[in-house]
Amino acid sequence: MAINEKKLEELLNQYPTKVKRNRKKHLIIKDSSLAHQEIEANTRTIPGIITNRGCAFAGCKGVVLGPLKDMVHIVHGPIGCAYYTWGTRRNKAKSDDPTKNFINYCVSSDMQESDIVFGGEKKLARLIDEVMDIFQPNAITISATCPVGLIGDDLQAVAKAAQEKHGVEIMAFNCEGYKGVSQSAGHHIANNILMERVIGQGDWEEAPGKYPINILGEYNIGGDSWEVERILEEIGYTVVSVMTGDGSYEELKNAHVAELNLVQCHRSINYIAEMLETKYGTPWLKVNFIGVQSTIETLRNMALYFNDPALTQKTEEVIAKELARTEPIIEQYKKICEGKTAFCFVGGSRGHHYQGLFAELGIETVLAGYEFAHRDDYEGRDIIPEIKLDADTKNIPEIHVSPDERRFRLKLSPERLAEMKKKIPLSNYQGMNIEMKDGTIIVDDLNHFETEEFIKLLQPDIFSSGIKDKYVVQKMGIPSKQLHSYDYSGPYAGFNGAVKFAEDIAMSFATPTWNFITPPWKNKPLLEGTIVEGGCSVC
Amino acid sequence: MRQIAIYGKGGIGKSTTTQNTVAALAEAGKKIMVVGCDPKADSTRLLLHGLNQKTVLDTLRDEGEDIDLEDILLEGFGGTLCVESGGPEPGVGCAGRGIITSINMLESLGAYTPDLDYVFYDVLGDVVCGGFAMPIREGKAQEIYIVASGEMMALYAANNISKGIQKYAQSGGVRMGGIICNSRKVDNELELLTAFAKELGSQLIHFVPRDNMVQRAEINKKTVIDFDPGQDQANEYRTLAGNIDGNDMFVIPKPMTQDRLEELLMTHGILD
Repeated sequence: MAINEKKLEELLNQYPTKVKRNRKKHLIIKDSSLAHQEIEANTRTIPGIITNRGCAFAGCKGVVLGPLKDMVHIVHGPIGCAYYTWGTRRNKAKSDDPTKNFINYCVSSDMQESDIVFGGEKKLARLIDEVMDIFQPNAITISATCPVGLIGDDLQAVAKAAQEKHGVEIMAFNCEGYKGVSQSAGHHIANNILMERVIGQGDWEEAPGKYPINILGEYNIGGDSWEVERILEEIGYTVVSVMTGDGSYEELKNAHVAELNLVQCHRSINYIAEMLETKYGTPWLKVNFIGVQSTIETLRNMALYFNDPALTQKTEEVIAKELARTEPIIEQYKKICEGKTAFCFVGGSRGHHYQGLFAELGIETVLAGYEFAHRDDYEGRDIIPEIKLDADTKNIPEIHVSPDERRFRLKLSPERLAEMKKKIPLSNYQGMNIEMKDGTIIVDDLNHFETEEFIKLLQPDIFSSGIKDKYVVQKMGIPSKQLHSYDYSGPYAGFNGAVKFAEDIAMSFATPTWNFITPPWKNKPLLEGTIVEGGCSVC
Repeated sequence: MRQIAIYGKGGIGKSTTTQNTVAALAEAGKKIMVVGCDPKADSTRLLLHGLNQKTVLDTLRDEGEDIDLEDILLEGFGGTLCVESGGPEPGVGCAGRGIITSINMLESLGAYTPDLDYVFYDVLGDVVCGGFAMPIREGKAQEIYIVASGEMMALYAANNISKGIQKYAQSGGVRMGGIICNSRKVDNELELLTAFAKELGSQLIHFVPRDNMVQRAEINKKTVIDFDPGQDQANEYRTLAGNIDGNDMFVIPKPMTQDRLEELLMTHGILD
């Protein structure tokens, strides 16, 4: 059933007036005949609404810092923030040196009542000493939780003193959960400090191989970045660093030697991408390794950028080889998936990226959206000057970098750069909306109520989101695929990932599970009542 | 057991007034516990003849949860029991949370025995956060007295504290017992304070005149009653203690607007 403005209005009318006015700005029915459709994003969720969003701490420690494997990530606060973010994101890592991989650890200052009363600085300093003693990591991060900000522990001072004492980089992140409107604030805080304190600190002046690149905004969930690296390395690229999936402090330090930065998740890492361009003259390319066609397009764009016939030829060879191997398998699964519809509501980039992969399986995305993205992730970077800065945005420090006197080098001539920008998304992202079909729905910060209502209206065959709404939807009898953590599966990126995804999605449709479940309303009435003759005499 | 909290602007003389009043009550045979709720831990100095009290929070920090009442409860003048909650050094941690911890600790250790006639809480300065309101929350203190003087800022603080009391009075059982004037020899002070208390819907429970005797006793680490019981000032504290002991006017205060407060000062606060 298609949705129209009237249906949408009916849905929104169930809200109180003020809530309706607010939520209406976060919802669009795609209509390409209009010059431009604006969507409100990155604003506070109305209290009382059940949102999927996380907090600044989750974005900083959980998303951006957490995957860096050779560092110990300290969570300064009572134990919950550390415990409940322990290993839940499925960012995998392996290390050549097994003594320098701390990805499986959860390190917290476990603040108690007396630490709140007397301040937690001394305990934190002791914790750093212990961490150095036990693990000898290459660097340490300290992430602040809410109570730390309230009692005013001076993390920067503790980190500075500890760094002088131990001689390794110790960075403090004031990413208290209450900062900003979602985890997006935490990404920004993490980006700033990684740029200031890590990237460019290495002594490499030249890349160790041909076609050196960084992969930004790839967190190796379920092994995604391993699959992407496999393809890129086969073509002949040198992956200098991955930010931050299976990444390391040691790699990140030398990220400045890359000739091109690939940006997978624009939302969480565009700050570093932009600063790298300003500081070292390295452009960034918006890539998408989710889906066979998107992967192929990305590989061809990269070849265009490097403009080397040998590289182009190798790119085409790899594409042909991978296609020959994977296409027949995907074709099998497509038979099961063809003609179905999906909701795709994820984070800050996957809401967009997975639509292509669904389409390759013959599944149409009828509703999509982001949990914490900003307007540019929907409408494209052209609208950035129009974005109104509110108090919540200004609460996050902006840092300004300038060209590095020694290392700044234009990777392309200005003429060639301008020419390239016309052909490939170089230092640009067009956003999700442009690729969506007319009549589909775009929702920002989708909530529990709207999820249920839209499911009733559109009856999708599969729902892809996260852990928070997965089970509600499954109880409604609709298969649900977590696209944050991949439900213990993956990788889903690249060619092999597309096969794995096709297999998992086809399995969701083909599983006999639904036949074994009888929902309560199938054999019991939802309401019970009696009819009394002559009306009600009680009231 | 009557539980009384004393609030007021910083430096107004809460600790001095509380201890002198407690001394008078103790002299009259009452059994009293004084709980200092100020991180500076100087609320029981006069009763204990010096700052020799180990605070609840320091003890908690040094010895862990396993502490005895004797470690933190000292006997002072006239058999009064003295406790200091203590707190962090200035600029770190959370003193408000400290007070909550400390009062909970006293309760769990059984410091509130049925033979007590009074528990006095001497609370730091203004009500700055939830922790400092702890004595008036959850029915810890049932009566509040605010120490004030004829100075503008003291009245402003008193009015503000009344707002806090009003808030908790509606949810709990706390009531305002009155205003204590600790005189600064401001023009028309008695009249002004009487009008101010009346406007709040309460009463001026006693006007304590200014007397250097108080400072002299303080230097000797004693209350006036302890230092020189025959002094006039000792009688003033006896009167205040008697008024509190016999008080039956407990109200929910009606704090006034800033404009009304200033109007009151214009009417009563200027001698001409």
